[in-house]
Amino acid sequence: MHDAYKMFLGPVHPALEEPIFFDFKIVGEKVIATNLKPGNAHRGIEALGMKRNPIQVLYLSERICGICSVSHASTFSRAVEAAAGIEVPERADYIRTIFCELERLHSHILWAGLLAHEIGFHSVLHYGMKVREDVMDLLEYLSGNRVNYGVYVIGGVRRDIPKEKHEKIRQSIKYYNAAFEKFKDVFLNDKTIRMRTEGVGVLTKNDALKLCAVGPTARGSGLNKDTRQDWSYLAYGDIGVKAQLPSQVTGKINGDVLDRTIVRLLEIKQSAEIIERCIDQMPKGSLVSEPKAAVILSRLKNAEGEGIARTEAPRGELHHYVRLAKKEVVDTWKAKAPTYNNLMAVPVMMKDAQIADIPVIICSIDPCIACLDRVSIIEGNSGKSMNKYDLHELCLRKSEMFGKIERGHQ
Amino acid sequence: MSIIPTLLKQLVKKPFTNPFPKKHAPNKVSDVKKINDPIPVPDDFRGKIKYDRAKCIGCRMCVTVCPANAMEYLPKEKKIKHHVLRCIMCAECVDVCPVKALSSSKEFLLAETDKKSPNLIEK
Repeated sequence: MHDAYKMFLGPVHPALEEPIFFDFKIVGEKVIATNLKPGNAHRGIEALGMKRNPIQVLYLSERICGICSVSHASTFSRAVEAAAGIEVPERADYIRTIFCELERLHSHILWAGLLAHEIGFHSVLHYGMKVREDVMDLLEYLSGNRVNYGVYVIGGVRRDIPKEKHEKIRQSIKYYNAAFEKFKDVFLNDKTIRMRTEGVGVLTKNDALKLCAVGPTARGSGLNKDTRQDWSYLAYGDIGVKAQLPSQVTGKINGDVLDRTIVRLLEIKQSAEIIERCIDQMPKGSLVSEPKAAVILSRLKNAEGEGIARTEAPRGELHHYVRLAKKEVVDTWKAKAPTYNNLMAVPVMMKDAQIADIPVIICSIDPCIACLDRVSIIEGNSGKSMNKYDLHELCLRKSEMFGKIERGHQ
Repeated sequence: MSIIPTLLKQLVKKPFTNPFPKKHAPNKVSDVKKINDPIPVPDDFRGKIKYDRAKCIGCRMCVTVCPANAMEYLPKEKKIKHHVLRCIMCAECVDVCPVKALSSSKEFLLAETDKKSPNLIEK
């Protein structure tokens, strides 16, 4: 047997556009152990948020990530509303749902293109980009901008979706139903894609449960788990969402890259259906619980309490925790992104994979490092980031120091 | 193989992209055949914030809600100064302004060579 050698990948590397460091132990062509180290994209948004009032933080939260910006705004606003006890009108809930689903559409289509790009199938990448353009145009038409839609406010939404705009949404839904058939045809029947994805990066149901995988990664391994189904929020309770499992198409669950692809493709169709039902059932009513920002601000200033909200973002369950403590600013704000859970499953998927499969496997969990990197601890001015062993060492030294002081007093 | 008909169709179509908007064209454009206008933006577009100094009553609501601290309050004159470079174009200030002194324009090409240019500070 050959000796194992080490291969480093990242922080800047071809698998994805964001910085993350991987450290592989390799024998021949086979990966036998994987270690990963995030922390290169930390920007301290939470620290900024704790110096600002909730209305300001809402726009900051949208800018945590460019692709799941609606999810962050949706989760943060619901956490604040839960903390302060603000009711949201029903019509606003429906509009929020439509934006969440439009975001899922564009995120999954972009991902399908990226997976094809990792495999080397560039024509599907460009086809994906072309198909995605339609939903970006629709988002621009509905909200005014293509990225960072700014639709959410605390207690409701800013922009209405009146009857005149429904026609364009229906056209888009028709377009995506056709695009889904095309994608399904390409990804399920193409020989190249099948050879590169089938049996690659297997995550068994048991491992997925143990590692707390979320979103399409968990569903690809056969876990019947979807926040929209299990902890219904916004208008999803009225619509009745069911978790999409790959067994609906193939009849079995392998937990490989192909299964995760099938889940995401099925969700493209599901999102289109949810949007259609939302515009059919949309109730009449006001858009915000309180139109005056000054009133909302004074109410949030006097509020005290904690709020937790969870959303099924395109990549999985997103969590926000907010504490308000009778202050002008947000007392505590913590965001936990789905990539945090899913990245833990990557070392398991990598077991016995070939070097050429590494980008495909990393891409298959749809990692979003900008969402993931929520903390980075740097030692002094050295620029060296600290890991959990360094922190443990620091903790021991502090106890030792206190012990010395105590002995000195005696 | 099923992608091949789509690719063949694409061969005879024109490119989707709109090459180079007019405002930022290079000085020497001899090798650029045609310079296009940018694609029009929708009605609700949130672009550069315009400030109407005469209407402003100095209530400081925009200063309170701005996430990027792009609004500077001028206490002597009881007016504001808007720093476009800091602005993240959320247009929350436009929503909260009680006298409609602020409005979103359709301008979005905001690059300048001088950071103190009057285009980048609205007052």
